[in-house]
Amino acid sequence: MAGLATSFGSGAMSNSMDDIANDAEAVLIIGSNTTEQHPVFGTMLRRAVNKRGLKIIVADPRKIDITEFAVLHLRHKPGTDIALINGLMHIILEKGWEDTAFIEERCEDFDAFKETVMNYPPDKVAEITRVPVEQLYQAAEILATNKPMAVIWAMGITQHTVGMRNVMSLANLQMLLANMGKPGSGVNPLRGQNNVQGACDMGGLPNVYPAYQPVINEEAQKKFQDAWGATSSLKVGRTVTEMIPDAAEGKVKALYILGEDPVMSDPDTNHIRHCLEACEFIVLQEIFPSETAPYADVLLPGVSFAEKTGTFTNTERRVQMVHKAVEPLGEAQPDWWITAELAKRMVAAGGGRQIAAGPYAGWDYADSDAIMTEINALTPSYGGITHARLEKGERLQWPCPNVEHPGTPILHSKQFSRGRGKFMPIDHVDPAELPDADYPFFLNTGRVLYHYHGGEMTRRAQGLMEVYGQPLIEVNPEDAARLGLNGEKRVRVTSRRGSIEAEAWVTDRVPPGMVYANFHFPEASANELTIAALDPVAKIPEYKVCAVKVEAVK
Amino acid sequence: MAVNLTIDGKPVEVPEGTTILKAARMHGITVPTLCYHKDLTPTGNCRICVVEVTGQRFLQAACVTPVWEGMEVKTHSERAVGSRRKTLELMLANHPQDCLTCDASGSCELQDLAYEYEVEVPQWGYKGTRYVTDSDPNPFVRVDFNKCILCRRCVLACEEIQARNVWGIGYRGFEEVIVAGADTTMLDARCESCGQCVAYCPTGALTNKMSYGLGRAHQVTKVTTTCTYCGVGCQLDLEVKDNRIIGVSSNPDAPVNGMALCVKGRYGYDFVHHPDRLTRPQVRRYLLEGGSKSRQGSSWDWVETDWDTALDITARKLVATRDTDGPDSIGVLTSAKCLNEENYLMNKVARQVIGTNNIDHCARL
Ligand code: SF4
Ligand code: SF4
Repeated sequence: MAGLATSFGSGAMSNSMDDIANDAEAVLIIGSNTTEQHPVFGTMLRRAVNKRGLKIIVADPRKIDITEFAVLHLRHKPGTDIALINGLMHIILEKGWEDTAFIEERCEDFDAFKETVMNYPPDKVAEITRVPVEQLYQAAEILATNKPMAVIWAMGITQHTVGMRNVMSLANLQMLLANMGKPGSGVNPLRGQNNVQGACDMGGLPNVYPAYQPVINEEAQKKFQDAWGATSSLKVGRTVTEMIPDAAEGKVKALYILGEDPVMSDPDTNHIRHCLEACEFIVLQEIFPSETAPYADVLLPGVSFAEKTGTFTNTERRVQMVHKAVEPLGEAQPDWWITAELAKRMVAAGGGRQIAAGPYAGWDYADSDAIMTEINALTPSYGGITHARLEKGERLQWPCPNVEHPGTPILHSKQFSRGRGKFMPIDHVDPAELPDADYPFFLNTGRVLYHYHGGEMTRRAQGLMEVYGQPLIEVNPEDAARLGLNGEKRVRVTSRRGSIEAEAWVTDRVPPGMVYANFHFPEASANELTIAALDPVAKIPEYKVCAVKVEAVK
Repeated sequence: MAVNLTIDGKPVEVPEGTTILKAARMHGITVPTLCYHKDLTPTGNCRICVVEVTGQRFLQAACVTPVWEGMEVKTHSERAVGSRRKTLELMLANHPQDCLTCDASGSCELQDLAYEYEVEVPQWGYKGTRYVTDSDPNPFVRVDFNKCILCRRCVLACEEIQARNVWGIGYRGFEEVIVAGADTTMLDARCESCGQCVAYCPTGALTNKMSYGLGRAHQVTKVTTTCTYCGVGCQLDLEVKDNRIIGVSSNPDAPVNGMALCVKGRYGYDFVHHPDRLTRPQVRRYLLEGGSKSRQGSSWDWVETDWDTALDITARKLVATRDTDGPDSIGVLTSAKCLNEENYLMNKVARQVIGTNNIDHCARL
């Protein structure tokens, strides 16, 4: 969440789900299909609408389920989020709804930002986004006059070549309205996978150690050099979206992959296959023979969440216990055990790398609690989050620097992590690939309620398959008529990178000119079609927009 | 404003507007309930929580009656207890007598009350099955309205917790029954298969289809854990019998979600025991035979090995690559599905042992 880190100094969700559901007067949901991707939070919001009249504005090209509960649905053209937000802020400034005291006391760089926003008058914004001017005024009024207001988003905002700028735009909006640091407000990126927040917190990123201590910082390097007896260089590493293509160029020769399935989850599947084939040695630690397994040289059987004990961190920075319920299947082992055993053997093999003595240089862990003790020592925001406290029923959200600290449900309440909130002037840029004569449709991709990600787990859950057992491609009725789909159910969707065939679901959930596909099923995964164009800083691929053509299959 | 009253002779003080039931519970006095649930709007329709209030002609439903100054409440007067017994008798007269084989036995509130109040099925009792058992095709929810006591908790759970309004009351009088939508199937009535209605049903009318026949309350061990699917982080209880997960139940103390779960969290657990699971380490044959890598023929076959062999081969390969081509020739992908502790170790192995910052995961994807 590099965008938020630039604006505020911390990339995590600023508030908690229950304070948004209980205290927000209005909510802007943009690029999050909340009821299908974060279902229980979706129902919390629906309850808030029914019980206390929470006002929801949804900005999404698709008529997703939560729009039923919205007071207003802005159906902007894909890839025009920045223009939309700038347009709303233009109206807010025009009407004088901004919070000048907050802007002066807690933020900086307002003038350059204002200058940019002034270039987005409602007429121009309506033209770029296709949202009518009246709706822009309605939306601006609802968002500005109902306080506190929370902004919620997910991959619909970040999975663009301008993803990081989209996020900074939303940060601008919340600073403008002083919707930061109190219950029911804030900037709230919903994290997709159960422990994506934790994986980031624990240094599973090429640019930071645990707790976002930068690898380019010499002090941080020294801290880990001393603790571990050896560490990495000051140079930022490669992201997943670079690492795998690097294999095709011979720059990356070996991959150690834990529980990921690049063939299903990465953009442009054909190219990914080619890269994995080129890689000299792939170790895959997995619970299923995934779509990536055919490319692996070694398969190490890990275990599911039900067979191990430790912690996950949810989207609101809440660390919670996971408890072993059943013994590992067969000879499978908890992933921490496998990694530690592998590390021990690599250290024992010696070779060209020296590892000095250090308080945390070793790899002997009796259990995950012992690992947490090491995390406590080296990860400031997790300093006081121990298994013992969690087992006692304490509810802890990081930052929680020591064992007396009660945790932090809301960030930025007195000041921003970076000091002052930074307004950023952000301009609209078109997506990397737009529909044209040959590929006239927008393709939008994502998940559905009944499945998860590459579908490795949910496709093996019988009941889920009974309800949603095959990939469906959403097509607008007007387009269906134009394509002559009458009666014919199957469509072929083709992009410049690949082609898939699947059954059409004719529905006005998608606007004319757009189709929607998911990536849960290998026989017709949307990622055969998607483009590997990346946000230049965050390196997130543009899953949410690319151009395709659609044909009926006779 | 505080209100003073006595409950079973004990003087108590509670805020104005408190119901008799809440006032009693606040002071450790038990009033039995059936249709009442603390998460749902009280309806007072089952008549189990009736209590005697001095000066009132009729018994009062404790869950909906607010207290007043000077009120005298008797929770277990002869009249109140007699009335509860009668109510239970009527319920049992219209309820199948198959606790012996019922999935809900041991977790059924009707059964517990019948036991506590020593109520037996009246002579003139149950005449036969009125509804088809397992009457709805929903793959997760097993519906048997023969066991329904019309408490309406499912209706409220779907309406107030899930905000989906699938269930309602259909027909009149003795024919009264819970219906999905306009008496159609659950999925047709836009059910999201979250199982909230099952979690709140006090009897065996709504149960979990995937758990049917696999074990009952006294046979399972519940293990509280955190959902493996999305970032909301719902907590839930895995129900385990003979080293197998046979179901999931809500844990009312769950910090984020309370009793609520979604279809994946509640019913998406069967992948754990799926036959496709990897249970032994495997390596390509060429690695065992010492030849060079080839994707052709039998040298690319998988061979199952023990842990030592697989780990030694992997360690040797990674060390050799690191020493020949440099630490940055190795990439590490960690996992947003795995534990914090595991992600920490992946970060440590990349940076300390290999010496590279090439570590990432699917946060971007
Ligand atoms: S499963 Fe959920 S959505 Fe379906 S009827 Fe029950 S409470 Fe309603
Ligand atoms: S139960 Fe559903 S909403 Fe809750 S964490 Fe699991 S997947 Fe997410």
